[in-house]
Amino acid sequence: MIEARELTKRYGEKTAVDKLTFTVQPGIVTGFLGPNGAGKSTTMRLILGLDRPTAGTVTVDGLPYAQHRDPLRVAGALLEARAVHTSRSAYNHLLALAATHGIRRSRVDEVIDFVGLDQVARKRAGAFSLGMGQRLGIASAILADPSNLLLDEPVNGLDPEGILWIRTTLRELAADGRTVFVSSHLMSEMALTADHLIVIGRGRLMADTTTADFIARSSGQAVTVVSPDADRLGEALAGPGVAMTRTQPNRLEIQGMSAADIGVVAARIGAVLHELTPQQASLEEAFMTMTRDEVEFHSHHVAETDDRTAA
Amino acid sequence: MSTTSSLAPAKVSQAAADADHRVSFGRVFASEWIKFRSLRSTWYTLLAAVLAMVGIGGLISWATNNRWDHAPARELAGFEPIITSLRGVDLAQLAIGVLGVLLISGEYATGMIRSSLTAVPTRLPVLWAKTLLFAFTTAVSMVVAGFAAFLFGQSLLGVHGTTLSAPGALRAILAVAGYLTLVGVLAVALGFIIRSTAGGIATLVGLLLVLPGIGQLLPSDWQPHILPYLPSNAGAAMYTVRADPTLLSPTGGLVTLLVWVVVALVAAAVLLRRRDA
Repeated sequence: MIEARELTKRYGEKTAVDKLTFTVQPGIVTGFLGPNGAGKSTTMRLILGLDRPTAGTVTVDGLPYAQHRDPLRVAGALLEARAVHTSRSAYNHLLALAATHGIRRSRVDEVIDFVGLDQVARKRAGAFSLGMGQRLGIASAILADPSNLLLDEPVNGLDPEGILWIRTTLRELAADGRTVFVSSHLMSEMALTADHLIVIGRGRLMADTTTADFIARSSGQAVTVVSPDADRLGEALAGPGVAMTRTQPNRLEIQGMSAADIGVVAARIGAVLHELTPQQASLEEAFMTMTRDEVEFHSHHVAETDDRTAA
Repeated sequence: MSTTSSLAPAKVSQAAADADHRVSFGRVFASEWIKFRSLRSTWYTLLAAVLAMVGIGGLISWATNNRWDHAPARELAGFEPIITSLRGVDLAQLAIGVLGVLLISGEYATGMIRSSLTAVPTRLPVLWAKTLLFAFTTAVSMVVAGFAAFLFGQSLLGVHGTTLSAPGALRAILAVAGYLTLVGVLAVALGFIIRSTAGGIATLVGLLLVLPGIGQLLPSDWQPHILPYLPSNAGAAMYTVRADPTLLSPTGGLVTLLVWVVVALVAAAVLLRRRDA
């Protein structure tokens, strides 16, 4: 379990992490979501004691990380920036980490096997592809069999097979009762992996809720109706609290009514329905809506998309 | 292998494993040894230091013997066979210094330091283990290189050479190895203080080679109060055979160099604890 209380980190004038308070629970995958530059990596570094907080505290299993006697067994981390000497082999890298905690050599072989690096474990880590580097990072993270896992953008650079592998692995690790904290700027990825979401923008907490709730809350749910009787149906549905847009002659986008209620009305007036589809806003859209004003570096294109969403 | 077997539930094993998996200084030292031996550049640089000791000492000894009959009297008056064979120390100190800086700056450049400090978040054991390990490795290899350089050099000096039983010979060899060891420790401390390879090496070269040159430009009545206390001159005082009035006594040189090293280590320890990694 990871608990941050009023966690704050300033670098000179810039506030990277701003009074973050959250708890990451064991047994589930918690997504740590935010646009690039939102302070996700800094938060991870603060949890691991690599950076010192300007104010506030953060504990892992009840104690600041650095106060644990066997820290690698408390938390394993995959940090976004590579944390491997490029001239050393993957095997020796893991062996050196294992030695600090008296972890047996066979465990090193075990994790190498588990992440699928057995063919290249004796090669220089500097020659690894991005995907192989991520696998080595995962191997380092699980080396000491920790109760907490912190993974910063683990799917970066992985091919589809690797992404699926990470997703399954994270779920299994959480199912074992571990605390799994995964950062990403890819909302779609988090929708598939995370049970719970902690969303930050410009270092501030924006949401701390279940993934399902986050999507539901952040979007007005719309229903698409395709009907040759669109005119009649539109008149019958009109009422207070119902918003309707006609995107094509026989297609209506309706907000403020559930698909079931629309079906009842259609049956009553005998309107033919070709399609009746609840539109769940994607996590991507929910996220964009929420962090629109918190993105630090707007690209022109994204800014335009945002304007349309807002309109 | 199934995932569950390789990743046994942590909560169950945690309590039992606490005692077995605590970070200790011995374990950090073992880890640093694995890191040290698993980089090829470590061995190349150490080999370069040995070759510098033996090669330069041999070359100068051979050249001295070869042109003995043509050498001016003033040069011959300054001749001293023990130090002649150990002249490689000037180049060896650079190899040792570069290796000492690289041991730390290499971790910062590649990001390895984040792994090291995540495994040992109290941080200071990493500094002490690296220091002890490098001091030990340098001491052993430079004692061997010192004896080799002496014996090789004396054989090339021919009739002008001397033997290990000559007064001061043993002390000079051990003092050269001691000086190089302390330079190595100073370099490790500089690595932790400066963290970049270029900056660390530049600072080391500045301390060892440039400062004495600049010192020569100071007013002559200032020089005796400054020059003998520079690290390289303190080192020269440790291993010199003929008494030199511009240098400290051998013990004075050792104490002075130790002060440099301790100050640098304390600064390194404070900064390592305080700074963000």
